[in-house]
Amino acid sequence: MSRARYTRRLPAAALVAGLALAVSACGGGSTDTAAAPAASASSAQLDPNMDLSKQSLTISVWPGYTPEDLPKRVKDKLKTELKVTLHDTNEIIMGKLTTGADTGLDVAFVSGQYAQALNEAGLLEPLHPELIPNLANLYPEAKELSYDKGNVFSVPYTWGTTGICYRTDLVKTPPTSWNDILSPPDEAKKKVTMMTTERWLALPAVKALGLSVNTKSDEDLDKVKAKLIEAKPSLLRYDDVDFGKRLVSGEAVMAEAWDGWCPTSEKNIEFVVPKEGSDLWVDTMVVLKSSKNKEAAHAFVNFILDPEIHGWAAQNILYKVPNKAAMDALPAELKEKNKPLQMSPAQLLEGESIIDLGEDSTKFTRLATEVQAAK
Amino acid sequence: MTSSTVSGATAKQRSRRSRVLGRLAFLSPGLTYLIVLMLIPLALIISYAFFRRGRFGGVVYELTGENFTRLIDPIYLDVVLDSLKLATAATLIALLVGYPTAYLIAQLPARWKTIALIAIVMPFWTNFLIRIYAWIVLLSGPGLVNTVLGKLGLGPFEFLYNQGTIVTGLVYSYLPLMVLPLYAAIEKLDPQLREASANLGARPARTFASVTLPLTLPGVITGCMFVFVPSFGNFVIPELLGGGRSIMVGNLIRDQFLKARDWPFGSALTLALLAVLIVLLLVQAWSARRA
Amino acid sequence: MRKPRLLYVPFWATYVFLYTPIVVLVVMSFNAGKSPYSFDGLSLKWYGKLAGNATVAEGLVNTLIVAAGSTVLATVLGTLLAVGLARYSKSRLLDGLGVLPAVLPDLVLAIGLLVFYAMVKMTLGLHSVLLAHTVFGMAFVTAVVRTRLTHTDTSLEEASRDLGATPLTTFLRVTLPQLMPGIAAGAMLAFTLSIDEFVIAFFTAAPTTPTLPIVIYSMVRFGVTPEINALATLLLAVSFTVVIVAQRMTRLTESLS
Repeated sequence: MSRARYTRRLPAAALVAGLALAVSACGGGSTDTAAAPAASASSAQLDPNMDLSKQSLTISVWPGYTPEDLPKRVKDKLKTELKVTLHDTNEIIMGKLTTGADTGLDVAFVSGQYAQALNEAGLLEPLHPELIPNLANLYPEAKELSYDKGNVFSVPYTWGTTGICYRTDLVKTPPTSWNDILSPPDEAKKKVTMMTTERWLALPAVKALGLSVNTKSDEDLDKVKAKLIEAKPSLLRYDDVDFGKRLVSGEAVMAEAWDGWCPTSEKNIEFVVPKEGSDLWVDTMVVLKSSKNKEAAHAFVNFILDPEIHGWAAQNILYKVPNKAAMDALPAELKEKNKPLQMSPAQLLEGESIIDLGEDSTKFTRLATEVQAAK
Repeated sequence: MTSSTVSGATAKQRSRRSRVLGRLAFLSPGLTYLIVLMLIPLALIISYAFFRRGRFGGVVYELTGENFTRLIDPIYLDVVLDSLKLATAATLIALLVGYPTAYLIAQLPARWKTIALIAIVMPFWTNFLIRIYAWIVLLSGPGLVNTVLGKLGLGPFEFLYNQGTIVTGLVYSYLPLMVLPLYAAIEKLDPQLREASANLGARPARTFASVTLPLTLPGVITGCMFVFVPSFGNFVIPELLGGGRSIMVGNLIRDQFLKARDWPFGSALTLALLAVLIVLLLVQAWSARRA
Repeated sequence: MRKPRLLYVPFWATYVFLYTPIVVLVVMSFNAGKSPYSFDGLSLKWYGKLAGNATVAEGLVNTLIVAAGSTVLATVLGTLLAVGLARYSKSRLLDGLGVLPAVLPDLVLAIGLLVFYAMVKMTLGLHSVLLAHTVFGMAFVTAVVRTRLTHTDTSLEEASRDLGATPLTTFLRVTLPQLMPGIAAGAMLAFTLSIDEFVIAFFTAAPTTPTLPIVIYSMVRFGVTPEINALATLLLAVSFTVVIVAQRMTRLTESLS
């Protein structure tokens, strides 16, 4: 494009943009997307004798969260084609699921409070327990989780708590309090990572201030926000994903971490639940209402609850699974090397369970945005 | 006589009909496409900025100005101003490095000229994200730059995750877009003009300031626009090289749509971004008309 | 002509700046070790791993489908629009509209389309990315073809019309052949831009249909696997070959004509 031509067009382009502004001012009455909650929680009629080879499944899960050969295992056992897609964080998959556009997903892995929100938005299929006999493998505690008592719309896949993962050789005194990560000692300044997903971004400050993880009070949240912004200068970066690698390489020396992702089997790396207490998080499987393969989706959930498959998660992602048979079958040596695996369900329940806060959950979203936006 | 008038009229009619048909056939498919998939989406964004958010994304059709009052909250305003600052810094650095480069390329013999130009564009042909990733490898704590500095007894330094790294990434990504229009403008210069100026006793600096620069100003402005526009709305570079600690308005917008599910506020932020760019386009058009 | 020596400093600095990261990527792609920070001997193993990476392969296929489809659509629509704007319209507003997608920041187009798709409840997938890429592809085709149109001889079209040819015949037999080089250039531009496009694809693709840039984005975010280096090197090699071949071909056609 020649220069003269280009410059001649720009004013016209600007004009069009102006026109668009004017047009929309009168044309803004279009319909809503996903905001309408479900009309009713009616569940579909499912056929227990369905030929599953006629259905195919697409799931979305965190990277590394299921065995790499899962599609083959599912094909061998259920005769169903399985396609695994990945999401980095809860927020990303929530963004996609709530646009109102059809994503083509059958089963999604999301954390408990997000499952609760999806259910309220009417996007989940109420589960058919008769199609998931392996629910019997779950610890009784795993059937009474506060975001979904009785596993009405979600099945727990892994559970655990959040704490501080740190290098014993690079920090002088082991951290014991959330304040140790919020205002770290000099040797850890600029070598600390914290999480960005809204509720966990808030967690260190919430607990350091002695508040409930499910607080809705504006006054509390203002204090939390101020404390988090104050902690920002000593951060290396926000990180929900790679903190383990960064600790191993020494790029970070202290990280807010989910227990299983703290690489305690490495030399000089330990995990601690701070004295102020912490949360109980649960990652769950949900079946989407828009799924056209609900029989296969239930069979898939049931298949995952098989002690052998479910045990894979404990052995490989090193997260505890709420499956008694799978946990009992873990090699003693593995538990010895990875201390977080030793926590019992009762110990886990000492953590405060994160639940969705309804209308008020947007307060945490806004808090996370503002903390990240602040200097 | 009569018959010829009649045939004349029909010829005119036919030509008018063929113009209308031509318009319909040539203009309508493309324009319809642009209206449906560009103007309507733009209009949607603009109108969403005036409504309230829905809890699970989408909007509630209840008019409100709160998205705009939130926009001028210092926390968000700072991000917008920071983005302006970072994009401006990247543009100026690209100009300072790019101008001499383009100038020298224009003086090269034809064969080398082609090679030098291709070498400027080549990095553009690998994936943009991979090139950003290369900077992480170079600059991170245990990365190459620190290793080299370590051998010299310096460091290690934390280069990553600050505004400086973001600017580096922006310059790196968009420098070719600065060099190309500059080259095109400098190439067109008549060397005799400069010689005349030199012969009249002007120093090189004077010649540059009063002959070369004014004549290449349109190229300068185009290059600056080409670097500024993609820098200002960027979210990938701040995310990967800023570590989420320093963010730009692009990150805020992305997060409103993909994480926070607050479409109306995201739309208001987008309007702010568009407003800045429209002002710049108008300034550019105005200065082009004067040049 | 005198070249001021001092200018060579920023000149070479530019090339060093542009190529250092790329050289590092290429060298590290042959690294036997897993650490991206130290070179532990030569190996091709990351290329082997890359070849076995089904996600990358799927992303590549998706990208090619999107690029091919959107290029065809953009070329047809863009060519028609360019001719229409040049021959049947004097409106500067329409001119501006035609190039707007090329000037608009990608993020704005991306969220606009996301919101639009959500409103019409479209199922996301490759088609939603394809339609989105057509928007900006078309703007570039229109621009390139219009430039070509200003260099073509309108007297031929007039002659054709005076001889009684319908507008369609005139377009197909006279205008189109003259425009061919411009159309080909525009199509190539649209294809190249679509292959590398990330932001719009990121917003409009379904999680089930990632394009290659989206796959690369998660690889980069999830760090540090040397497979990325191997992929970067391969992409470089392909672009390099394309550039060389294109150079040779233009030189060949130049020497023939």
